[in-house]
Amino acid sequence: MSKFKKKKDGGLPPISTASLPDIVFMLLFFFMVATVIKEDNLKIQNKLPKANQIEKLDKQKPISYIYIGKPSENYVDTYGTEDRIQLNDKLQSVKEVQSFIAAERAKLAEELVPTLTVSLKVDKDAKMGVLTDVKQELRKTNALKINYTTKKGDVLTN
Amino acid sequence: MAKRSAPEVNAGSMADIAFLLLIFFLVTTDIAVDSGLSRKLPPWEPDINTPPVIIKEKNIFALTLNSNNEILLTSGGDSELLAIKDLQERTTAFLDNGGGKDEDACKRCKGAKSPESSDNLQKAVISLANDRLTDYKTYITVQNEILAAYNVIRNREFIKDYPNLKMNFVEATAMYQDKGADKKVRESLKEKLEAIKLVVPQKFSEAEAQRN
Repeated sequence: MSKFKKKKDGGLPPISTASLPDIVFMLLFFFMVATVIKEDNLKIQNKLPKANQIEKLDKQKPISYIYIGKPSENYVDTYGTEDRIQLNDKLQSVKEVQSFIAAERAKLAEELVPTLTVSLKVDKDAKMGVLTDVKQELRKTNALKINYTTKKGDVLTN
Repeated sequence: MAKRSAPEVNAGSMADIAFLLLIFFLVTTDIAVDSGLSRKLPPWEPDINTPPVIIKEKNIFALTLNSNNEILLTSGGDSELLAIKDLQERTTAFLDNGGGKDEDACKRCKGAKSPESSDNLQKAVISLANDRLTDYKTYITVQNEILAAYNVIRNREFIKDYPNLKMNFVEATAMYQDKGADKKVRESLKEKLEAIKLVVPQKFSEAEAQRN
């Protein structure tokens, strides 16, 4: 018995893990703060199609988002089942696109205005009609840099 | 009985709880990196009567998407229905054909040199028209395949022109856009990328969607 006791006395004290929770909490807070849950509250269905020739959008440059798709189930009663355009938090008509871009430009410093990219987030089951109208409006307001935002994947599985 | 001090609360499981939360946030977070197909729209020119540019029919690769998401290819006087899986190959073959002679000859093309198809990389034009009822996913697929065809040729030419860089056009573009990379490297890449873009230009026109 005495043999074991001796060993215990001479051994190293266990490493204190009391600060482990602090470290983990710090990580946790970092992730909680860094997480962007969702920028816009979508009122439309927005399943992006897949593509593989994609480029990353530069977050340093200004980006405006235009969403197109059918209204989601909760809004079908109000907005019907045709494809709609969402700018910021509201469903808007095609005519509003120009004033939306103007408002987005007004928020920017002047030297950044030409670098504004419009990210088109279009539901994969949407029809081309509305998107074509939006593109015409973007051309009229001279917002020519666009990006068809997609997920990465095999196009044949779209 | 002697007065006992309150027992210490065991904080050992705190770490477990915090880990659980941490893992939950790790899993649910997707640090949103937006990526997609970048395109540039043509500027709006209202009511300017510019004379139409005359392009030889064999230099046009005209794709039409109908409301049933079928692809009609009109090239060199023939029309045919095309399956999506064949699109990229056919586009590459068209761009790379190099059927031109004399001053139109294409030094870089490795294609079939058919007189019925495009003269050279500078002259080959791809035109895309879609119906208002075409599905967006079909449109994106076609856009993707056309870009892929251009990238195949650009990759090949980039590797041929700059073999010591050990990367292709797409990788070089990604490196150029990466803000973390060395500034000098990015500058030199920019020149090379521009040179390849001049050699293999994207001549890709989109007609307005047809009303029906």
